[in-house]
Amino acid sequence: MADQLEVAVVSAERSLWSGKAKSVSAKTPEGDVGILRGHEPMLALLVEAPLRIELEDGTKIFVAVHGGFFSVDSDKVNVIAETAELAEEVDLERAQAALARAKSEADEQDLSALRRAETRIQVAGVAKGVRS
Amino acid sequence: MGAQLRVYRRRIRSVQATKKITKAMELIASARIVKAQNRLHASMPYLTQLVDAVSAAASHASDVSKHPLTAQAENQVRAAVLVITADRGLAGAYSSNSIKEAEALTRNLDAKGMKVVPYVVGRKGVSFYRFRNRVMGGEYVGFTDQPTYAHAKEIGEDLLKAFMTPTAEGGVDEIHVVYTNFINMASQETKVRRILPLEVVDEVMDKSDDGGKNNPFPLYEFEPGPEEVLDALLPRYVEQMVYLSLLTSAASEHAARRRAMKSATDNAEELIRSLTRAANAARQAEITQEISEIVGGADALSA
Repeated sequence: MADQLEVAVVSAERSLWSGKAKSVSAKTPEGDVGILRGHEPMLALLVEAPLRIELEDGTKIFVAVHGGFFSVDSDKVNVIAETAELAEEVDLERAQAALARAKSEADEQDLSALRRAETRIQVAGVAKGVRS
Repeated sequence: MGAQLRVYRRRIRSVQATKKITKAMELIASARIVKAQNRLHASMPYLTQLVDAVSAAASHASDVSKHPLTAQAENQVRAAVLVITADRGLAGAYSSNSIKEAEALTRNLDAKGMKVVPYVVGRKGVSFYRFRNRVMGGEYVGFTDQPTYAHAKEIGEDLLKAFMTPTAEGGVDEIHVVYTNFINMASQETKVRRILPLEVVDEVMDKSDDGGKNNPFPLYEFEPGPEEVLDALLPRYVEQMVYLSLLTSAASEHAARRRAMKSATDNAEELIRSLTRAANAARQAEITQEISEIVGGADALSA
């Protein structure tokens, strides 16, 4: 058995990140899930939220995922997101502008734009916090 | 300088200018083919993962064939055809091949008694249908040379919406895509694929039957549940199919344009060569004439 998780994050357009990690935490429609080594096989949907990958040396990688799913099988974690961005790729200003716009429009039906912007800001925010 | 010679020289300059343009377009297209291919390759991991997950979910969900996206309507009244053409011309027969294929498919479906609603990608296709006053279900322009997933998602959502609308309210029962498959730099072929109702599940089920020994699906725990996972994944699969069609068509478009521009450049060279010949002959004729005039004049004086 591998002693670490093998994680791969792919979006529809490209592979974002892959490598070995200690743990992965993600948010599914039923709540937060943390995955460590030896997790049972699982296939779960993802909701708009930051995904956290923790490496062996304690570094944390944050990814903003927008829809998609992830599968866990024999210590391999595949995160498949429609669109996803690594924390350092998030354009914070644009996300904030999008958030303001989404809030002002306040469309009750469609909160997805709002959530998307919020997720991006969260991801960018925590990543900055970790780095400094 | 004689009038004839001047005309030749002018034409040579004009053809040279055209040649520069076509040569530049050829080079740009070659560079873009590679880029488009890279994008196609970059999206492959997503597709494989998605297909695996759909297969896994389908093998666990109860009665996949009843799923709204896989069920065949009993009497099919309307079909949507997504035609992928280019935004710009100068790409040889690329767009017209797609349109021709779409027209053939339309006749086919007509013969089966189905009404066809075209969904058109690319300005060339849109102007074709608009010129003939045919109603389009949707038109998407401005991105055919560099499609992104967001474009595919927009198209996919429209198609899914049309598919999920009951037939009585104007929904469609089948969705086909006409795209141009990129085989290699030299050959591309126009293809038709039916994306809805989904046929994938059958293929997928077969795979799980015979390939089961080599590569069994892990006993996944589904969250929230296999049906919900499948519900969420199948639309993604459709969108991915649209995305792949757009990408491979974009690569084909660039290849077609490169080829068209290469032959345009070759033709320009050929034209320049023959014009130069003619210009030289004209120049020589002029000199000869001048000499004979001088000689004639001298003879007249000495006589």
